[in-house]
Amino acid sequence: MAVKQLSIFVENKEGKLVTITDSIANANIDIRAMSVADTQDFGIFRLIVTDPEKAKTALESSGCFVSITQVVGVSIPDVPGSLAKVVNILARHNINIEYMYAFITVSKKNASVVLRVADNDAAEKILVENGVKLLEEKDVIEM
Amino acid sequence: MQRKYFQPEIETMSADWIKRVQDEKLVKQVRYVYDNVEYYRHLMDEKGVKPEDIHGIDDLHKLPFLKKDDLREAYPYGLLATDMKNCVRIQSTSGTTGKRVVAFYTQHDVDLWEDCCARALVAAGCTNEDVCQVCYGYGLFTGGAGLHGGSHKVGSLTLPMSSGNTDRQIQFMMDLESTILCCTPSYAAYIGETLKEKGYKPEDNKLKAGIFGAEPWTEEMRRDIEKSLGIKAYDIYGLTELSGPGVAFECEEQTGMHINEDHFIAEIIDPDTGEVLPLGTKGELVFTSLDKEAFPLLRYRTRDICVLSREKCSCGRTFVKMTKPLGRSDDMMIIRGVNVFPSQIEAVLLNNGYAPNYQIIVDRVNNTDTFDINVEMKSEDFSDTPKGITNKEKELQGAMKTMLGINPKIHLVPPKSIERSEGKAVRVIDKRKRLGINV
Repeated sequence: MAVKQLSIFVENKEGKLVTITDSIANANIDIRAMSVADTQDFGIFRLIVTDPEKAKTALESSGCFVSITQVVGVSIPDVPGSLAKVVNILARHNINIEYMYAFITVSKKNASVVLRVADNDAAEKILVENGVKLLEEKDVIEM
Repeated sequence: MQRKYFQPEIETMSADWIKRVQDEKLVKQVRYVYDNVEYYRHLMDEKGVKPEDIHGIDDLHKLPFLKKDDLREAYPYGLLATDMKNCVRIQSTSGTTGKRVVAFYTQHDVDLWEDCCARALVAAGCTNEDVCQVCYGYGLFTGGAGLHGGSHKVGSLTLPMSSGNTDRQIQFMMDLESTILCCTPSYAAYIGETLKEKGYKPEDNKLKAGIFGAEPWTEEMRRDIEKSLGIKAYDIYGLTELSGPGVAFECEEQTGMHINEDHFIAEIIDPDTGEVLPLGTKGELVFTSLDKEAFPLLRYRTRDICVLSREKCSCGRTFVKMTKPLGRSDDMMIIRGVNVFPSQIEAVLLNNGYAPNYQIIVDRVNNTDTFDINVEMKSEDFSDTPKGITNKEKELQGAMKTMLGINPKIHLVPPKSIERSEGKAVRVIDKRKRLGINV
């Protein structure tokens, strides 16, 4: 069920980000969600894209260092309290969120969020049991 | 049976006798090399030196030097002094700094090499009642073969473990009650850590001593190893070109390594001018073999920087002592007043599973040296959070600090991102030079 996330190592040097965005653009791949984790020396650029495998190949051929991580994607109603509900469910079950970020694509009714937890299967099971809609690869493509 | 020396009559002979033995053997070895090694004959002819000009070690300085480049140029047979049918063994260097060097041995050469290793083992307290676990690599590398042969000569029970598979090493060590451990110092440290992780205390093993060499290590590392394994740790020195480990070895005094002077003459020279320096002066170590048949080397420049001393040793051995090599003559850096050698950094990387592809960047900011090392990370260490990488950086920094005595800043970079060059890689970028600082 989990969604594939690309994690790209970005050295803190001029032009590094351009290489990444260019190779994704040239491969005609859409970015659905993104976030950056940074330190003084380097950053990790995380992306949810329409075709992660193709994007990985394109990035690697332009010299980028990429890994694929499975993350949980949820689609929640775009109303106050929706995110709070998801976070509460996980907290009640002692599932820690390492990081989370929102999708760029916005529909009128729903918002989509990426959650990084230690155990995807456990998190997904609990979310489904509590009526939270999960995202699948096809949802990412169809957005 | 406990004994103090393997060959007491040789190891404790008077300084006069050492000189007499060396004088006699040198004259013969020079004649032998001149007659049998065309490559060196040319070098002597170029310098205008004939074998008859060499009457003893006082004439040694007349002979031309041999360098590692000569060995590479003469690869593979150019320095072989005897017919191949007389040779029984080949060993080789790792080739990490360029083309491999191969060394040939007759049975006589193997015997003298193993005698040297046996002397080192006995000096560390090894007897025929000991169980000697050899976890140097076996194969072309001289570490395994040398200590293995030495252990046989002493008559101890030899465990030919070779390197790696730490769980098995520990199982054998415990089940068969090994008493002597032979490996690289970094592997000894690793075994110590692993024992601790498995819940063993230092007194749980039966080890009493270890003979550690083949890579640079510090006094601090010695103390750590001695503590974690509950042993006395002895240093050993050697070069494949000269035979292998055992060219010099440490005694219980642990204040330098006795050079086996009945087989090798040691000199210290100024690496820039080639001038011979007096005892007690820091310089490049040069060796002349005295009775090798297959691969004799005259005035071979080791590039190792050290100091020789003939001060009386409490162990009773009379052979000259060398300090631990302080590094290689051609690539030493002084950072924050500390001598740092790329070979030390390389050793730490290899021991921690990293590719020996790195870049050292030294600069001076606000009158303080900065010291950065770029290292290629292992693919499996990269995932989606910076935490994994920064933890690895800290871990490696700790290992570097233990080896070097100063703290570098480690930067893990993507695999294969550090430029590889065809010849000698640019490992060191010393930006202080642009400031006109003499480094």
